[in-house]
Amino acid sequence: MYRYDEFDQDFVAARVAQFRDQVERRVSGALTEDQFKPLRLMNGVYLQLHAYMLRIAIPYGTLDARQMRMLAHIARTYDRGYGHFTTRQNIQFNWPALSQIPDILAELASVEMHAIQTSGNCIRNVTADHFAGVAADEVADPRPYAEILRQWSSLHPEFVFLPRKFKVAVTGAERDRAAIQVHDIGLHLKKDENGRPGFAVYVGGGQGRTPMIAKKIRDFLPEEDLLSYCEAVLRVYNLSGRRDNKYKARIKILVHETGEEEIRRQVEEEWERIRRGALKLPQGEVERIRAYFDLPPSVRPREDGAAALAAARAADPEFDAWVRQNTVPHRVAGHVAATVSLKPIGGTPGDATAAQMDAVADLAERYGHDELRVSHEQNLVLPHVAEADLKAVYDELVSAGLATANAGLITDIIACPGLDYCALANARSIPIAQRLSDRFGDAARQREIGELKIKISGCINACGHHHVGHIGILGVEKKGEEFYQITLGGSGAEDASIGEIVGRGFSTEEIVDAVETVVDTYLAQRTGPDESFLAAYRRLGQAPFKEALYGAA
Amino acid sequence: MALFLVTANRLSDGLVVFLDPSGGWTTALAGARVIAPDELAAALAHGKAQHDARIVVEPYEIETTVEAGVPVPVRLRERIRAAGPTVPYGEAEFEARVAAQSGTP
Repeated sequence: MYRYDEFDQDFVAARVAQFRDQVERRVSGALTEDQFKPLRLMNGVYLQLHAYMLRIAIPYGTLDARQMRMLAHIARTYDRGYGHFTTRQNIQFNWPALSQIPDILAELASVEMHAIQTSGNCIRNVTADHFAGVAADEVADPRPYAEILRQWSSLHPEFVFLPRKFKVAVTGAERDRAAIQVHDIGLHLKKDENGRPGFAVYVGGGQGRTPMIAKKIRDFLPEEDLLSYCEAVLRVYNLSGRRDNKYKARIKILVHETGEEEIRRQVEEEWERIRRGALKLPQGEVERIRAYFDLPPSVRPREDGAAALAAARAADPEFDAWVRQNTVPHRVAGHVAATVSLKPIGGTPGDATAAQMDAVADLAERYGHDELRVSHEQNLVLPHVAEADLKAVYDELVSAGLATANAGLITDIIACPGLDYCALANARSIPIAQRLSDRFGDAARQREIGELKIKISGCINACGHHHVGHIGILGVEKKGEEFYQITLGGSGAEDASIGEIVGRGFSTEEIVDAVETVVDTYLAQRTGPDESFLAAYRRLGQAPFKEALYGAA
Repeated sequence: MALFLVTANRLSDGLVVFLDPSGGWTTALAGARVIAPDELAAALAHGKAQHDARIVVEPYEIETTVEAGVPVPVRLRERIRAAGPTVPYGEAEFEARVAAQSGTP
């Protein structure tokens, strides 16, 4: 894992002191709310529906046990005993008092964490594949590049006041688990024919009220040019992105209105001008950063676990189901990466109590080589678990209420906080997610349905990623009532697509039945268990689902 | 006749508050001052002064009805804002789920 150097530590400490002063000036009256608001947002502090909300960055979703324990401590000491892991691999606390936030930030700084650039019109936390460094289908670990981008973008003086927020995601695998094509910049780490690392560069993806799949503007960007090329993209955006209308200010609108060819031309022209300058990445520096992300030396091939694991699986069907659903092969023999589901049946997606955070931190320390991940699907990951330890890990997860065997299944639902917490929302998301989870919670039924991603947003800002849900649900308000619109066929993976609206919305009472109708239609019409919901939808089109929901036209 | 409440967030901790009959602020909806239309402008002016005095943040009016003597905001958003999340959270959520799964009340 990356460790702060002296510069990082001083930088974060200075920022805490600066924000403490700003809070004191706000409380004393030296700053008005209008003056204070952009300052608090730059430090991740929102004023939400019920209280202040603090969003803390977890760079590329990687943290260690000490950091997770600090999050538990903050939940317990300064909040209401829980936190909410988000679709951008961050964590949010829903109830901090403004007067205590400087203390929270100081505590975070003591474990190399902060809340800088988790809000505001700047480059946000860079996200990455949650199986980075582990996945068998990976060309190389994307996190060193995410860290280089983090250092470059932190308080970059040119990009602190962009037209709108700006999100970057990186994957190093063919299978896109980082949803790079719905980001402002998506980077696909690959190698050229000579084995040199570089990136396919996607620009102008996003969700919100105008969902767009990103355009690939460069098929291969050499590694050394990463920063200069991103700087060129940001410069084109900063110069030409709209500032007169916040709903048209994201780079996706600029790319759409300008056209892919012209954007490519402008970026390449700017890049040609700056590519040989100070931003060219020195190989030594890349290697220095990369070394932070080497596998822990203690992760060595092991052959001692397979027999015991097989016996444990045979003896405990629930454990067997969990291993099948929540673990993936590790590139080191005798190990797996284990998803810790934050989607208990009937629970709130992404929430974890302080006790659960401590429990996961303990597991990371004892069995996980002190490393954890947060996925953009609002789960946690123990990335390096020996097969020999898997049953012990599972048993402790059961005790902590964290052993739901549903990774990638229909109850592994992404949901934004919705109208239960969010000042922007029009409708509730969490109760819909809970009812769907209860409806489809039977383990055998989930397995029969197979991979199916439901994503729920409580407003058109789409924080719940409904546009890329295989089944997307968008909450709207109509004459004072909550209604829910269904979209079908979305995907945030390498086969990215925006879901299509299937028809009129459904009331709160109707929506769970409506989703069940969609699922039953899929089960009735699929060619077999090997045809996923998304594959079946793409083969069948919308018609059978529409007819099942609304009757024949 | 439409009735109103004046609401804001308390500066120090951000919690939702309502203007009360004494000109102070309460977190309890039941203690909120129900305001007739002809009194609304003065109540909002008081709220603005309290904003300027750094007691609350961004006061605004919401429409309400009164049921059994207690204000009930008209919009769902404001009802949720007044009462808190409609779902249990934290340890309470965890315990409720465990109880439901084990069949205990």
